[in-house]
Amino acid sequence: MWIIAPLFCGLIFGAGLLISGMVQPTKVLAFLDIFGAWDPTLAVVMAAALAVAIPGFRLADRGARPWFAGEYFRPGKSGIDLPLVAGAALFGIGWGLVGLCPGPALESLATLSPGIIVFVVAMAAGMLLHNAWQQSRLTAQRDRQLASATDG
Amino acid sequence: MANFTPVSAAIGGVLIGLSAVLLMLSTGRIAGISGIFSGLLNLRSEDKGWRTAFIAGLILAPVIAGFIGYGMAQPKLPANWAVIVVAGLLVGFGTRLGGGCTSGHGICGIGRLSPRSIAATVVFMLTAVITVAVTRHVLGG
Repeated sequence: MWIIAPLFCGLIFGAGLLISGMVQPTKVLAFLDIFGAWDPTLAVVMAAALAVAIPGFRLADRGARPWFAGEYFRPGKSGIDLPLVAGAALFGIGWGLVGLCPGPALESLATLSPGIIVFVVAMAAGMLLHNAWQQSRLTAQRDRQLASATDG
Repeated sequence: MANFTPVSAAIGGVLIGLSAVLLMLSTGRIAGISGIFSGLLNLRSEDKGWRTAFIAGLILAPVIAGFIGYGMAQPKLPANWAVIVVAGLLVGFGTRLGGGCTSGHGICGIGRLSPRSIAATVVFMLTAVITVAVTRHVLGG
């Protein structure tokens, strides 16, 4: 029955995007358009979400383990590096082009809009492309190490 | 600021924050949508159950809202399909390279006061603002 928890969380997350209007690309683009008719709604959504998330995550930090899982899975990296900055920059360009980020895009699949389906397929392709590129880089790195090991 | 809707924004924001905290407390996972989704694309990963459940809930939300009379409007997208495809590719590739999106970095990461996530959020907000400024005000729209 543990599967109810992530399902319920997805529902609440979806309700939040829906009620706040963030599921609509026009609303998101109006926030990003600071030189046009600026709509600060997204900033209020983020502030309200953080007002809950900051104390909530502190609470989770105090618990030894989650209710329905063996351990907490927390991101391990802490430094600011080039992949982080480059990745965020590319994501921002895509986000600014149509006003869709992954959450609203996946939620909007419910409308069966052809444009949304195309966006989600392209997004999945972009993710797979990244994984393939990462894999080929790792393989090249290993080959170089093997070559230098045999040289020595 | 004619379209500013602070009350529904605050209610929606609280729900998003609550969802992120509940997912961490119950399942021990970060509610980063790009990360949850990309985990489903990896054929070898074995933790697809909670990912599928979360995304199913996300998609079911507007369906349920429709049943009770709050149907979701069709999202307005650019007429040019190439723009949609390029944007999708950039969002997919960029969120994997940068390790998160608006939810993972912007809500969960900043919620955990992570310097990485604060930096990522500043960067993607900046390039998104520049992109909108260029497409709407430089290239004209």
